[in-house]
Amino acid sequence: MSSRVEILNDGGYRSDGRKQYELRDIVIDLSQRGTADGSASITHGLTEVLVEVFGPREAKVRAQTMHDRALINVEVNIVPFSTGERRKRSRGDKRILELGSTIKSTFEPVVQTSLYPRSEIDIFVHVLQQDGGLLQASINASTLALISAGIPLHDFVCAVTGGVHSTAPMLDLTTLEENDIPHVTVAVMPKTKKVTLVTMETRLHVDRFGDIFKLACEAGQVIHKEMKRAVSERTQKLVTAMEMGPRVVPSADVGDRDAMIDDLNDY
Amino acid sequence: MITFSSFPAPPQDNYTFGVQQSPGLDNDVEMDLNLDDDEFESSGRRLTYPGEAITSSQAFMRGHGTYVDHEEVIASVSGTVERVNKLISVRAIRTRYNPEVGDLIVGRITEVQPRRWKVDANSRQDAVLMLSSVNLPGGVQRRKLESDELQMRTFFEEGDLLVAEVQAFFADGAMSLHTRSLKYGKLRNGQLVTVPPALIRRLKSHFLTLPCGVDLILGLNGYIWISKHVKQSEQEGEEGFDAEAVYSNRNDEIDDATRSAVSRVSNIIRVLATHFVPLTDSILLNAYEWAVEQEGDVKDLLQEDIVRCVLLCNNDNSVYEV
Repeated sequence: MSSRVEILNDGGYRSDGRKQYELRDIVIDLSQRGTADGSASITHGLTEVLVEVFGPREAKVRAQTMHDRALINVEVNIVPFSTGERRKRSRGDKRILELGSTIKSTFEPVVQTSLYPRSEIDIFVHVLQQDGGLLQASINASTLALISAGIPLHDFVCAVTGGVHSTAPMLDLTTLEENDIPHVTVAVMPKTKKVTLVTMETRLHVDRFGDIFKLACEAGQVIHKEMKRAVSERTQKLVTAMEMGPRVVPSADVGDRDAMIDDLNDY
Repeated sequence: MITFSSFPAPPQDNYTFGVQQSPGLDNDVEMDLNLDDDEFESSGRRLTYPGEAITSSQAFMRGHGTYVDHEEVIASVSGTVERVNKLISVRAIRTRYNPEVGDLIVGRITEVQPRRWKVDANSRQDAVLMLSSVNLPGGVQRRKLESDELQMRTFFEEGDLLVAEVQAFFADGAMSLHTRSLKYGKLRNGQLVTVPPALIRRLKSHFLTLPCGVDLILGLNGYIWISKHVKQSEQEGEEGFDAEAVYSNRNDEIDDATRSAVSRVSNIIRVLATHFVPLTDSILLNAYEWAVEQEGDVKDLLQEDIVRCVLLCNNDNSVYEV
């Protein structure tokens, strides 16, 4: 290969020290932000995306309202300091619009929009740091934000990027790898094993596609486990907090509550 | 589900699935739900997340927050599973307000349209307040003239806050409000605080008066109005009641003590809401008394260490209460 960096060295390690099928660290934060109905931020390695969800609420543009279902509106904002070279993108940037419409079409079959006629669900995506896997991070964060806003979904949507270096498939690519090797982003619904999005911007040999696709579907299950854990933890904490209020408890519990309140500060 | 600190808390196992309430319920059905209940049995509730199968659709009906796929009832939101006989529903823990007829809400006018106002009520669509469902000043009967359609802005303007009741629903699920009671109408002399709607339980009365000279209106949609206390004699139809003041846009004179009481109460509510504690009058009062004892500044209430004390003081007090 002509690339300057070695994508996969002889020992089977990638440039950031991962194995072929190893995913980057995932950090999920579901704390409440401002007036948003739901918000979530997810970190895949050095890629960090924050999503805020508003709604379902009265549609702002009356011409766009639909009488039988809710409108999903996605706006993406890539902050200028998110990449190595500082660069301001305008809101009308074609790449950003495309990213937004991809996210929108990913969620349209998943969100039960028919329950909210004439309403609008706004998904605001803020990209805070970029190191590859922008679409995957945006989709995962949007799923979590929609769930924390209490919007009914058929299932989680878990996205992951897969690529192939000569014949070796790899998962969860960094910018370095994305620039060099053909890759594809897959979004799966882990429960039903349906796929809501497959997209690629590079050319990929058809013989390799099957392998990567299957691999990405499996990786989706792993990401689902992480997301599920974060969601369950948050629900558990909120429910506990709600019960904590008016209920009278024996005084022995007060010490425990101190610890519980410490935990709660994150939520 | 609803527990008041002034009443003894109901035994927890009321909400476990093991309790058989309907004699007609099949025993097999009972078993079905109990299968994976080990972890829920102890706490008396079951938590779920989107995409998780709850039970089979053969024996149960699906309620809100669920859908049916391949003869399974599957959760579509993350929250607590609730069961009434054969109806299974999932209540999302944090969501927008779901209106029901008779609910008391606080809202804000967003738009004035022909013969109606649009009201933001923290719901999935703006509510509608018809000109025919408001009281005119002085209680006069409205004659259906064009002139009062033209005067609608003298009653409510964009941005005005009001308290109203949910009257009915339109076909698309939008709610229609009414203010045909002297308790309802435009809001003045106070401050609005927004909390998640789940934190406001249905109470006997949503109009509270705290002894510190503060009136509270707990809207079920999560909007709370905190205002200066209005004396009984000046309320609804009594001697001192000023009919013209109902749609007034001017605040009354508010002294400094009341102002700090209002902001102290609103800060306490904010603190409780960020920690997801349901609001009841006794919790508010405990916290208020504690806050006054501390003699701190009103804004100090929002500091992290004091927040913790506000929460704890409540626990201590409730322990001693019973």
